[in-house]
Amino acid sequence: MDRPPELDPSQEPEGADLQDAYERGHGPYQPHEPGYGLDQPGYNPYEDEIPDPQARMLAVKNAKAYLLKTSTKSGLNLYDHFANILTKILDEQPTNTVDIIENISKDVKWAQFRKKMDTLRDEPLIPPTFEAAEKCKALFVKQGGEEEHEGVEEEMGRPALPNVMEVAFYFEQAGIGLNKDESYYIFLALKNLIDVQPIQTCRFWGKILGLEMNYIIAEVQLREGEEEEETGEEGEGTTAEEEKETGEDGEEDEEKEAGPPKSTYKPPPPIPKEPNGTGTNKYVYFVCNEPGKPWVKLPPVTPTQIVCARKIKKFFTGWLDAPIVSFPPFPGNEANYLRAQIARISAGTHVSPTGFYQFADEEEEEEEGADTYEENPDFEPPPVAEMVESLATWAHHVKGILKQGRCVWINPVQKSEENEEDDEEEEEEEGEEQQEERGPPLLTLISEDEGMKDIPAWTTQASTNLIPEYSVAILQSNRWPGAYAFASGGKFENIYFGWGHKYSPESYTPELPPPAEAEFPGGPEITETVDPTVEEEMAFKIAQEEALAEAEEEEEEEEEGEDD
Amino acid sequence: MEALSVPAALELVAGGGAGLSPERRAALGTSLPLLQRDYRFERVWFWGCIQGVRGAYYIAEGLGPDRAAPRSRLYSLNCVDWSLLTPATKEMLALAEQVKGRFQGDPSFEYHLAEINAEAAASVIESGKEPVMKEEARLIATIEQIDRAVGIVPRGAFVKTPLGSVHENRHFEGLSLVEAKKLSSYFHFTDPVNLKNKTLLEKANLDPSTDFLDSLEHDIPRGSWSIQLEKGGTVVVLRSLLWLGLTFYHVPMTKQFGYVYFGTGEKNLDLPFML
Repeated sequence: MDRPPELDPSQEPEGADLQDAYERGHGPYQPHEPGYGLDQPGYNPYEDEIPDPQARMLAVKNAKAYLLKTSTKSGLNLYDHFANILTKILDEQPTNTVDIIENISKDVKWAQFRKKMDTLRDEPLIPPTFEAAEKCKALFVKQGGEEEHEGVEEEMGRPALPNVMEVAFYFEQAGIGLNKDESYYIFLALKNLIDVQPIQTCRFWGKILGLEMNYIIAEVQLREGEEEEETGEEGEGTTAEEEKETGEDGEEDEEKEAGPPKSTYKPPPPIPKEPNGTGTNKYVYFVCNEPGKPWVKLPPVTPTQIVCARKIKKFFTGWLDAPIVSFPPFPGNEANYLRAQIARISAGTHVSPTGFYQFADEEEEEEEGADTYEENPDFEPPPVAEMVESLATWAHHVKGILKQGRCVWINPVQKSEENEEDDEEEEEEEGEEQQEERGPPLLTLISEDEGMKDIPAWTTQASTNLIPEYSVAILQSNRWPGAYAFASGGKFENIYFGWGHKYSPESYTPELPPPAEAEFPGGPEITETVDPTVEEEMAFKIAQEEALAEAEEEEEEEEEGEDD
Repeated sequence: MEALSVPAALELVAGGGAGLSPERRAALGTSLPLLQRDYRFERVWFWGCIQGVRGAYYIAEGLGPDRAAPRSRLYSLNCVDWSLLTPATKEMLALAEQVKGRFQGDPSFEYHLAEINAEAAASVIESGKEPVMKEEARLIATIEQIDRAVGIVPRGAFVKTPLGSVHENRHFEGLSLVEAKKLSSYFHFTDPVNLKNKTLLEKANLDPSTDFLDSLEHDIPRGSWSIQLEKGGTVVVLRSLLWLGLTFYHVPMTKQFGYVYFGTGEKNLDLPFML
């Protein structure tokens, strides 16, 4: 035993080890204890043996009981501890055991506290890393139906899938773009999109960053005839409702005067959105948060959404169904806002080398509604140096959006006349003829883009000055930071990486709330006047009677005159 | 980001679409070690790139033995030749707040304060100098503002010794995935402002060797950081919404972290409207 017996706090039973009792040196001595020395002939304080067998058994039992005492601090007892140590030593048979006995004792004590097998085990945490890796792995699995693919490719001259890696390479020369792994995942995700949807042409449009998640956007043209026809029905439904409402208003105004006056305010007719395949809805956009997640189709954009998107500036959260809380209230949720911003960015920054596209017929060039262009087979790409030097070598190939929110101007007053024939007279308000808006024609050079204050709209640079023969001409938009274009040889491409907002040199000021509505116009019938006092009434009455009397006298005079 | 880990770090930060071309990357690989040798820095950080209208500025920072000491900053137009920038002064910072708009890309361009703000111009004239601000000074002030406002490091990455100097923590093994998603695990790597305003109860829980900087939790406005887990949770990317373009990356459970700025050098004052 390591502890000196003097410090042993446990109470010693009387029949315990006589040696200990002696060493403790307590008195007075009991008759059986050695100090007494009387009834133990030949007893020696250093003698271990207890002559009486009964006492010895008792002593052994007491010793064992002492060893089995549980420690108040650790809940272990010495007996078990020794048993474990000896078991361990005999099992392992280490060399020089006596030198490491303290360490063995410590290790055994440590082992006590390790839980052997807990019935409750923590579920192994599956970090989201592995789930995402699963999804990405799914991208790499080749889809079935290889024969169909080959058939499709033979039909169409150009493959629908763009070469994302090649484009990424050119942009990388300018330091723009995602890392190669992500580009490859996007490549595979686009391939999946093409397999699933009936797509004619497809392009990686870019990436818009959001607060919680980002958006990867693909610009797509669906094959003809595959577009949904639901949108047409929706449009007709709304106009039918409008007709009913105005018809009812007219009738009720005449009949019911007892009820509160109905408002005669007719909101300006909504500007119809452009049909799919033209103008702002020329392309269909699919988005996903990460490559590997399913692609979601964005709804077509309406002019009201574009007009409102111009007035607000909000970060994207990454959830397509998130509401947009803003003033003026945005008609739609984040999916619509995203689509509107994509339309604005495309219209503002999609450029190509001048001459790459030409109009299909020369006659259409003069028409305002020129919307179609085709590739110019005789296009000769100018050298990169020239593309960097002069902005006249680049041209927009997407129509700009007018203030109305469409690419092609439409007169809303005219359209409503066709629908509501009853109210023609009310509709002809001469003072509110809207002026036809004209935007720049389709293939305008970007040198005609206005800058903001002293910042030009575009910045050009060559990707490298050290090796001019292999450099790439890079165009950066200053109006939409994050929009880039490159051109090299006959290849060019546009892309967008950014937050999805326009640059403005001044701070954003939200639109002010509209002025308070004017009250009902005042007139003498409803203007309050002071009630006449009694004297005034009497005076008025007297005056009236005098007037009457005078009138009667005049009549009598006239009658007398006539009789004569 | 550390000069040595620039290639790997640029891969992790590329989610925002901005990066460096291979030419610049290669140039950095050669010129940053030379900077370290010439200026006797202990560490060289590639701070980032400010896009001007006609050119871009590439910025590097050099750190001495005390990592919290004011850092020396250098700029280059081509990642090969570097020039040292003078430390920022209060006047520079005050004037730079007045100047708005893009950087031009030419370090000797002068902003005429009279056009921008008549009062500031008057005060400068009174002090006996011309009412112009050179783009270089604006650059210095902008870098200082960005570092102060949004330069961040993970908690535990740096330790403060009892003598007051700050070193990298060799025992830093990275934040766990759970910690990495919290804003309170990241600190501003500048002189703390809010630390002394904490209550005694909060201060009692802090460890003075690692918690000697302000955390991001109390940044105004709330929500001015976007935390995302990219690549399925292998990288935590924080993007600042106040200075658009500042990206911080950290790979949880490893020692890799760093921040870089790729942007136009303008503060996003519309942030409260955009959230």
